Amino acid sequence: MIDVEKIRKEFPILNRQVNKSSLVYFDNGATTQKPRGVINGIVKYYSEQNANIHRGVHTLSREATELYEKARKAVSDFINANDSEIIFTSGTTDSINIVANGLNFPTGSEIIVSQMEHHSNILPWQLSCERNNGKLRVIPINQDGTLQVDRLKELVNDKTRVLALTHVSNTLGVINPVKEIIKEVKKINPNILILIDGAQSVPHMKIDVKDLDCDFFVFSGHKIYAPTGTGVLFIKENVLGKLQMSKTGGGTIKSVTFEKTEYVDGPMRFEAGTPNIEGVLGMADAINFINSLGIKEIAAHEHELLCYAQTMLNGISELEIYANHLNKASVISFNVKNQHPFDVGTLLDKYGIAVRTGHHCTQPLMQFYGIQGTIRASFALYNTKEEIDYFIEKLKKAITMLN
Amino acid sequence: MKSDITDIEEEIISEFEIFGDDWEGKYEHLIDLGRTLPLINEKCKIEENIIKGCQSRVWLNSELKDGKIYFTADADAIITKGMVALMIRVLSGQTAKEIIDTKLEFIDKIGFKEHLSPTRANGLVSMINRMKLDAIKLSEK
Ligand SMILES: Cc1ncc(COP(=O)(O)O)c(C=O)c1O
Repeated sequence: MIDVEKIRKEFPILNRQVNKSSLVYFDNGATTQKPRGVINGIVKYYSEQNANIHRGVHTLSREATELYEKARKAVSDFINANDSEIIFTSGTTDSINIVANGLNFPTGSEIIVSQMEHHSNILPWQLSCERNNGKLRVIPINQDGTLQVDRLKELVNDKTRVLALTHVSNTLGVINPVKEIIKEVKKINPNILILIDGAQSVPHMKIDVKDLDCDFFVFSGHKIYAPTGTGVLFIKENVLGKLQMSKTGGGTIKSVTFEKTEYVDGPMRFEAGTPNIEGVLGMADAINFINSLGIKEIAAHEHELLCYAQTMLNGISELEIYANHLNKASVISFNVKNQHPFDVGTLLDKYGIAVRTGHHCTQPLMQFYGIQGTIRASFALYNTKEEIDYFIEKLKKAITMLN
Repeated sequence: MKSDITDIEEEIISEFEIFGDDWEGKYEHLIDLGRTLPLINEKCKIEENIIKGCQSRVWLNSELKDGKIYFTADADAIITKGMVALMIRVLSGQTAKEIIDTKLEFIDKIGFKEHLSPTRANGLVSMINRMKLDAIKLSEK
């Protein structure tokens, strides 16, 4: 088991008072707080290590380059990829855009997404379909938020080019059986490229991209305790050549003349311009932090919080809980019957409790449930049962005030 | 004859003063005000009258009668509706000039300033702008 009290001391922001109460931060699905190691790393970088990378022969530049490439190694080890398969981006959204903009399809091609996708895993594909005269197809879901996996057989055909699917729903926490799906889809048509949106899975479970056998795997640093503006795009080695660059510039080339440019072969061809160096180093620090605790131990703690909170919430009769089962990451979405989520969120905030309210960038999922939004509590490694008790107490109070 | 804006503002401030630091009491009162807001005529709940906030929606209908502007409104979130009720109490039945000139300082004085931050997802700032715009448009007719 992880020692939560000890871990909490590593997160300075958890000492904050919000509206005269101790902060209870249950908006980890939106972004996680940062441990001292990550914060200090950024200060150290600018105090002692700052230089541009892959450019200078001078000592600082060499050192910074080494650190940057070491971070790439930390990321590739973290998800069991090769270093040459890791591209640093500004986040999940950026990663998906790079893929969607870098693939061209013949007219009439089809791209499959699911009903529960984040807008970031819909809109780039929608644009791509508009550009290529293609068609977006949607895997439906069941009332409990699970994917209708058996419908894939009808959806996949010889026009399908891409399946873009989230690993874990950011709104519901539902975990999709992506490994089985990838296997199944590749069996029907091995040429379909599969992108897995790991923004909400990487914080909560061990990821092995080789075992998953996906072509692209994307996630954001800021949801795994790393700085904002950092992200990862994993591209399977033999797929790298299929992706065109949608932006180029400094840092991507072997040689340039006005007639022709020769680009580097590796992932750096997709990293045009000076990157977010301190952010990438911070991501390595965050990964080290996670590794030092053990992702399995973190997952066990978070699952315990999920079970505890969901049981407590099920005891409140005024609630409607979506995906009311436990095959989930530590996320619970619910509504107070006949109340607007905004009102509940506003009152909880007055008690220092940070939850997310609204559509969570998943409007098609809201349309499926016929609702405007939900209240979402999402837990991270530093959350405690005591915080959940406080949240439940104040939620009940808020319900009384609103009724 | 409706009293002028500052009088109504003073009245609201003293109404909330009794709660002191008790924010829960204040919110309960605000929620009650939201409940008593006379509903907008369903006919007026049209797309044109909707003011889209990020999360809660507000409907506003404005009319000119005998040189005064009258507002009716509704909102789907009750706290927002409470705030809307306060605005209407102050602004409805006033002249366009008074509506345009007012700074609505009472909101800050009763401790609800946070609801008027432009980053707030409740559409209230847009509603106030819309009230002032409507007042200008109607008075120019
Ligand atoms: C499932 C999922 N996909 C994509 C994103 C977008 O991530 P970012 O805003 O970091 O690019 C998020 C973040 O909210 C998410 O939860």
